Amino acid sequence: MENQIYYFDNNATTRVAPEVLETMLPYFSELYGNSSSMHDFGGSLGDVVDKARSQVANLLGAEDPSEIIFTSCGTESDNAAINSAVLSQPGKKHIITSKVEHPAIINYYEYLEKNGYDITWLDVDGDGLLSPESVINKVRSDTALVSLMWANNETGVIFPVEEIAAELKKKNVIFHTDAVQAAGKIPIDLKNNQITMLSISGHKLHAPKGIGALYVRRGTMFKPFIIGGHQERGRRAGTTPVAMIAGLGKACDLAEMNMDEENVRVKYLRDLLENLISESVPAIEFIGHRDQRLPNTANISFGYIEGEAILLMLSEMGIAASSGSACSSGSLEPSHVLRAMGKPFETCHASIRFSLSIYNTEEEVRHVASVIPDIIRTLRRISPFTPRELIS
Amino acid sequence: MAWKYSEKVKDHYLHPRNVGELSNANAIGEVGSMVCGDALKLYLVVDQETGVIHNASFQTYGCGSAIASSSALTEIIKGKTLDDALAVTNQDLADYLDGLPEEKMHCSVMGKEALEAAVANFRGEKFVHDDEDEGKIICHCFGVTDKQIEKVVKENHLNSVEQVTNYTKAGGACGSCLHKIEDIINEITSTTPERQRTVDVRGGTTSPELKSKVSLYKKIKIIEEILDSEIRPALGLDHGGLDLIDVEGENIYVRLIGKCHGCANSDITVDFIKDQLQQVLGETVNVINVD
Repeated sequence: MENQIYYFDNNATTRVAPEVLETMLPYFSELYGNSSSMHDFGGSLGDVVDKARSQVANLLGAEDPSEIIFTSCGTESDNAAINSAVLSQPGKKHIITSKVEHPAIINYYEYLEKNGYDITWLDVDGDGLLSPESVINKVRSDTALVSLMWANNETGVIFPVEEIAAELKKKNVIFHTDAVQAAGKIPIDLKNNQITMLSISGHKLHAPKGIGALYVRRGTMFKPFIIGGHQERGRRAGTTPVAMIAGLGKACDLAEMNMDEENVRVKYLRDLLENLISESVPAIEFIGHRDQRLPNTANISFGYIEGEAILLMLSEMGIAASSGSACSSGSLEPSHVLRAMGKPFETCHASIRFSLSIYNTEEEVRHVASVIPDIIRTLRRISPFTPRELIS
Repeated sequence: MAWKYSEKVKDHYLHPRNVGELSNANAIGEVGSMVCGDALKLYLVVDQETGVIHNASFQTYGCGSAIASSSALTEIIKGKTLDDALAVTNQDLADYLDGLPEEKMHCSVMGKEALEAAVANFRGEKFVHDDEDEGKIICHCFGVTDKQIEKVVKENHLNSVEQVTNYTKAGGACGSCLHKIEDIINEITSTTPERQRTVDVRGGTTSPELKSKVSLYKKIKIIEEILDSEIRPALGLDHGGLDLIDVEGENIYVRLIGKCHGCANSDITVDFIKDQLQQVLGETVNVINVD
C-alpha cells in the first residue's frame, strides 16, 4: 500500500492553500485582538477584515464590498438568505427551487413546507439541466423567492442562473443562488447580472472550513439570521473571526489569479481522466451535461457494481473520491441528484465523482486512471449482474 | 461517511473467498435486487445423501460489507449439514467478521436470507419471503414484511426502531412506517417481560400517512415476483432471460439476455412481458428493452 494520497474529492473540501495559511497565522498568535474593540490593538484589525471583504467582492464582481456578509459556512449563507427573503415578505408564501439542490437548501425548504409554505420543486432533464422558462412559468404573485444553485456539487452541471435572474428581476422576485461549487471555478460577475443573493463557502476554494460569505445586493431588505451584537453592520452577529476572514480573502485572491488555470489545466486533467477511463473500462456512463459543467468535476457510473465497494477499493490505494450510492451515504437512499435526472437506481448506486483542483497533477491523473480498470473488473467478477462478455 | 470496518471485514472484501458461479450447484439462493442496492446469489453443492454442503460460492452486488458478509457466509457453511448451516445466525456471520457497523447489519441478514433461500430451493420448498401470505408489507420502500421484522427483532434482541432499520433497511427511506415498526417491537417486547420495553423512535415522528397508492419499491417487488414466477421460466425454455433495469411511472425498462438478447423475435417477447405485467399490476405499462 502506498502512502501518497491522491485527492480527487475537491467538491467535498479542498486543502488550505499554503499562502492562505500563512496569511491567517498572525491572527491566531500575536494579533489576537477583537476587531470591534475601541483600542488600536484590536480595532486596527478592522482593516484586515475590510481588505478581505474587498477581495471577496472582487472575486464575485460585486459592486461594493459592503454587499458581502461573512458567515460561518455555505449552509449558514443559504439559510440566512432564505430566512431573510421569507421574513421580509411575510405575505408571500410561495418558493421555487429545484430537486437537485444541496441539503442546506432542500432541508430548509422542507422545514418551511411543514410550516405552511408552498414549495415548487423543479425537475431537471437527463443532463441535469433546467430551462429558464421552466422556472419563470412557475412564478406567482405570492412568490417570495426563487433559489437555484449555480453549479451542482455532484455533477458539476451549471444552471443558467444569470438568465433566470434577469427574467425574475423583471417580475421583481428575489433570486438567491448557492454558488458554493461555482465560486473560484468559473467567473462570477455580480455587477453585470441581476442575482439578488449569492452564497459561497471558504473550504471549497482553499480557505479553511468554518468561514463562508453571503452576497446581498445593495437595496435588498435584509433580516439577520443570527441575532446578537452589531458585527457585520448588524446583519450577522458573533465576534468577528479575523483569521478566518483574512484566509477567505486571500483564497479569493488566489482563486481570481488561478481562474484561467482552473479553466484550462484543471479541465484538461479532468478530460484526460475521463478519456483514459472510457478507453479502458467498458459499460460506463458519464453523468451530466458534457459542456455546461464545472471544469473540475467528473461523474462516472460503472455499470453492474456498487459505488461504496469501488470507493473502498480506491481508498485502499490512497485515492479519495465520492459516490452517489446509497450505501456510502448512510441514508439507504441513492443520490437525490441522479434520481432527479431520471437515472435508474443501478446508475445511481454505481456513480463515482472525481473532483479535481489546481493541486492535482497529470501524473496523479494517469495513476488513478491506471488502477481503475482492475478495481472495476474485480468487482464485476463478484457481481451476479455482470454480463459474461464483460468479464471473460 | 467512512465506515469503521474491522480488519477481517476489509480482508474479506479486498480478498473475497469463493467468488463466482458453481456449475454443479444443486441449491441456489437469490435475494435482494439492484434497485435496493444489494443482492446476493448463493450457490451450494449439497450431498443428496448426507445433506452436507460440499462447496459454496457467491456472487454479490453491493457495498464492501455485503461482499465481506457473503464471503464469510460461504466459509462458515462449507462442510456443514444443511441443518447445521441453518442454525447459523446473522449475528454469527457478523461475529465471524469481528463485527459489522450497526448500520450494516442488514448485510449479515441478507447472507442469512440467501442461505435460507438456497436450502428451500434444494428441498423444493418455496422460500418464505417470496410468499405474500407469510407477512404483510410494512416498509413499502424496501418491501420488508412484518414477519421479517419480527424475526430479526427476536433473533437479535432488538429494541429500537433504528436498530430494525439497520438490520432490515425497513424505515430507512421515506420513514412513513417507523410507527408500525415501533408497534411490532412493542408487541414483541410486551410478551417478553424480562426485556426492556422502551422503544426509541427516530426523529420525524410527524411523518405523513402512507399513501394508498402502491409505492415504487412495492411495485418493483411485484414486478420482480412475476418475472421470477412467470416470465423468466418462459424465456428460460428458449435459453434466454432478462434483467429488470428500472421502473419509472408506467415505463418498465428491461434488458433481454442470453438467447433473447438480439433475438429477431424480441418484440414479441417484449409484448408477452407487457401482457403478463399488465395482468398482475392491473394498470397500463410500457415495457422498454434497453439493449
